[in-house]
Amino acid sequence: MKPILPLVLEAASVAKHGERIIGPITYTLGANGCTVVLGPNGAGKTTLLRLMHGLEKASSGHIRWAVPKRDAFMHQSFVFQTPIVMRRSVRDNIAYPLTVRGGTLKSARITAEHWLEKVGLTASALKDANVLSGGEKQKLAIARALITRPEVLFLDEPTTNLDGASTFEIEQLIATAQKEGTRIVMATHDMGQARRLASEVLFLYHGEIHEFADCTDFFTNPKTAAAKSYLRGDILI
Amino acid sequence: MTDIWEGLLAAFQLIISLDRDLLEIALRSLQVTLTAVLIAAAIGLPLGAWISVTRFRYRRVVIALLNALMGLPPVVVGLIVYILLSRSGPFGVLDLLFTPTAMIIAQVILVTPIIASISQQTLRDLWFIYHDLLISMNTTKWQRMKVLLWDGRRSLLTATLTGFGRAIGEIGAIMIVGGNIDHLTRVMTTAIALEVGKGNFPLALGLGFILIALSMAINLTIHILSRTEREGRW
Repeated sequence: MKPILPLVLEAASVAKHGERIIGPITYTLGANGCTVVLGPNGAGKTTLLRLMHGLEKASSGHIRWAVPKRDAFMHQSFVFQTPIVMRRSVRDNIAYPLTVRGGTLKSARITAEHWLEKVGLTASALKDANVLSGGEKQKLAIARALITRPEVLFLDEPTTNLDGASTFEIEQLIATAQKEGTRIVMATHDMGQARRLASEVLFLYHGEIHEFADCTDFFTNPKTAAAKSYLRGDILI
Repeated sequence: MTDIWEGLLAAFQLIISLDRDLLEIALRSLQVTLTAVLIAAAIGLPLGAWISVTRFRYRRVVIALLNALMGLPPVVVGLIVYILLSRSGPFGVLDLLFTPTAMIIAQVILVTPIIASISQQTLRDLWFIYHDLLISMNTTKWQRMKVLLWDGRRSLLTATLTGFGRAIGEIGAIMIVGGNIDHLTRVMTTAIALEVGKGNFPLALGLGFILIALSMAINLTIHILSRTEREGRW
């Protein structure tokens, strides 16, 4: 199968009710690594991720995958900031994407059990997914996103509101997925997390890319005034 | 108060003596109502799911219309079905007037908007939660409908039972299209109306109490079978 990357954004922007949310953005998402999208609240991190994934339509400009859009859509997953949990068991939540792709429930459940073990939710397999804790729900969401072995995984602040232990476990899952070949694109506010996971950083401010750099470069030698302020911990308005 | 007491006594006697007429009309009531509700659910639930996941031009009008149809006057529905099924009507050749089938048709028309409207309201809320996830997974419209119908099954059960409640106690339409013919189209509600007409209030009340008990028993059985209100049973 032909790889879906690179993803090319050419002067892409998103506007709602006549108001620009992000853009124009020109950026190419290459095949390897983990891109972390940083920026203050309202900078447009979530909208950028949704635009790349296809949940938002570009009001202007172009977005191009290396393959037709429909094929590209089949090989990517999205993990939302607030995990969306379906009203069914933990195991069936994780198995669901495989049934969408034509797998039988029986075979999907067998694969889901492997993922349950990977994310440490085996004991909760038959529980109603809605009774899980916040961290467990996020682990479920990541397992559900990874079960289809996506080429690209988008994560929108996956560890917000989670404690240290849960954050660590989720970071391990993300790192493992990356090692196994999944391209990671993640929005976060946690700069420690960005340092731990990122290979490159995309700094977004007022809906525009202010800086795009290698992770080490960004944290040691930021180029723009906004990025410097952000890293100093100043309040950016 | 005496009438109510006598009614309770009559109900008790009818049940204890396993009155054959009572059994016949109770079974007919259930047969007509359950068939109508099953057909209405088969139409109304997918319709509610389809409206929830589909954006189309006159969506709001359709939802408003469905809500309005929930309050369809049974007598008017009965009259329309009567005209359609009568000898001179377009479906007169089917010879369905004054049969249980005609009663089922009338009840389906009354109950479908109720089930469709309530299920649409329930599934719309669920769709609001699932929207991004299901779009992100590139699901087809049919898959989205299936997920909503399955994951919202408990709320949909309530929608269906609401339809059942409306149908089992209905009299206006089925009296017109069924005709309350003994051993053919007589059901609990039409039998009650007949006894009231004859001035036999205790028997009418007795039948009424049995009807209430029957309705409650069906509701309870369905809830037990579908294991609602039991945490962790999925």
